[in-house]
Amino acid sequence: MPRVGEPEGGVMVAIRATLRRDLVLLLRRRSEVLNPLVFFALVITLFPIGISPDPELLATIAPGLLWVAALLAALLSLDGLFRGDYEDGSLEQLLLSPQPLPALAMAKVAVHWLLTGLPLALMAPVLGIMLALPAGSYLVLALSLALGSASLSLIGAIGAALTVGLSRGGVLLSLLVLPLYIPVLIFGAGAVQAAILGAGVSAHLAILGALLAVAMIFAPWAIAASLRISING
Amino acid sequence: MAFESVSAFLAMGGHAPYVWTAYGATAALLLGVGWHARAERRRVIRELRRRARRERRQVESTRVSTDEGHAR
Amino acid sequence: MWAFIHKLGSPKWFYAISERLMPWFWVAAVALILIGGVWGLAFAPADYQQGNSFRIIYVHVPAAFLAQSIFVAMAAAGFVFMVWKIKLADMAAAVMAPLGAGMTFVALFSGAVWGVPTWGTWWQWDARLTSMLILFFLYVGVIALRGAFASRDSASRAASVLAMVGVINIPIIKYSVEWWYTLHQPATFSVTSRPAMPMEMWLPLLLMVLGFYSFFIAVTLMRTRSEILRRESSKRWVRELVGEGP
Repeated sequence: MPRVGEPEGGVMVAIRATLRRDLVLLLRRRSEVLNPLVFFALVITLFPIGISPDPELLATIAPGLLWVAALLAALLSLDGLFRGDYEDGSLEQLLLSPQPLPALAMAKVAVHWLLTGLPLALMAPVLGIMLALPAGSYLVLALSLALGSASLSLIGAIGAALTVGLSRGGVLLSLLVLPLYIPVLIFGAGAVQAAILGAGVSAHLAILGALLAVAMIFAPWAIAASLRISING
Repeated sequence: MAFESVSAFLAMGGHAPYVWTAYGATAALLLGVGWHARAERRRVIRELRRRARRERRQVESTRVSTDEGHAR
Repeated sequence: MWAFIHKLGSPKWFYAISERLMPWFWVAAVALILIGGVWGLAFAPADYQQGNSFRIIYVHVPAAFLAQSIFVAMAAAGFVFMVWKIKLADMAAAVMAPLGAGMTFVALFSGAVWGVPTWGTWWQWDARLTSMLILFFLYVGVIALRGAFASRDSASRAASVLAMVGVINIPIIKYSVEWWYTLHQPATFSVTSRPAMPMEMWLPLLLMVLGFYSFFIAVTLMRTRSEILRRESSKRWVRELVGEGP
């Protein structure tokens, strides 16, 4: 029942407003969007220098390298997911709003994926060329990263929500989140491997989709509960 | 009995270092955890007793001082 | 049902009932582990393939079982705490985490030691060992998160949420790691999963597993009792209880 002084419309309006607000805010602070991408490129540059420039060797380890580096880049951006809103108090406003918190949290995670996971996925093929990734696996690489990074954003947001109230939560956040990332990494890197070997990739992508579905069912509630703990505690 | 003698038992058919290391580590954990649980319980009770004594003493001393105040 | 749950949630009632239950679990734990240990070490026949190094199974498998069960128990306690606000459940969850991490470590250690005679190396990225390692990191995460908060209530609730998220992920992690392992090393020699263990090998293992579970229950009861005294130290019944002694 809408009370006086509240905007009409309900959940969809609130979600749309949250989406627009977060998109505008992040696009204004461009460095926050660009830094994970630069980090991704830098880490990928380190490997040929650290291991060997031999294209054959690089080609065999490229799927795993690209996936691990993208995963770390996504992890790096997580700490800022709720931090700014926590510090300026708008997270508290979000909690006080009459709209369901899980839905609003989903909107924030969607923006995070749109400006972190998706760009990483689009950038990965370029870095794949530099690692001599065999032809025929580029589309699968981008697709698996796009699909997998959505799960990464959802799972990571739980950790970010749990640690947002802590002054030095950065290292703790990676400790909490990285073990939970392992299934996504296995099937994401596995999809690229399968594409290189010429095996079917639809099974891998289907499992990545299933992981995303499970994450979408459980994560919003966990994120909402964690945000409440961090704010009220 | 799977072994003929005590020395054969200790030698574990040449696998002694591995078998005894694994069993030793497990025994150390079990004993350590059990000992820690006991020590923790004793420490908690000791601290609670000390606090109870301290509070009792405080109550008594305040009572004594108020009595003195009445006497004057 | 509800009355029972609330009665069970009362620390005072739990303190009284656990005092009577705990000795039985200690006796069962010591007896079962001693009998199972001696049986497994001295009386069970050696394995035709691995010889006597196979006896490590009698500590490795119970520790691995317990490591996984404790995480589930911890998450269940966290769920009870979050849903019914029963503080007792949180106290139990708090004391379970370090024991679970210890069990995971011992399972990893004995697995690594076992690896030397069977694989010829201290570490192999075997499915079982890898998922154990991930479980260890999950435990460390829960313990670290609980320690990071200043207020006890936030710490309890955060640790509960993380334990529940972890327990949903454990089967997913387990199956994906197994899948990953079979993909990369097809048909290698697996240490524990093999057909038809004879009775005289299998029975001591059962005794050890039961003994480890009794040990876990006994330690959890004992440490939860200490935790009750610590957290309820200003309650009247605790004062009276402590004051009774010398």
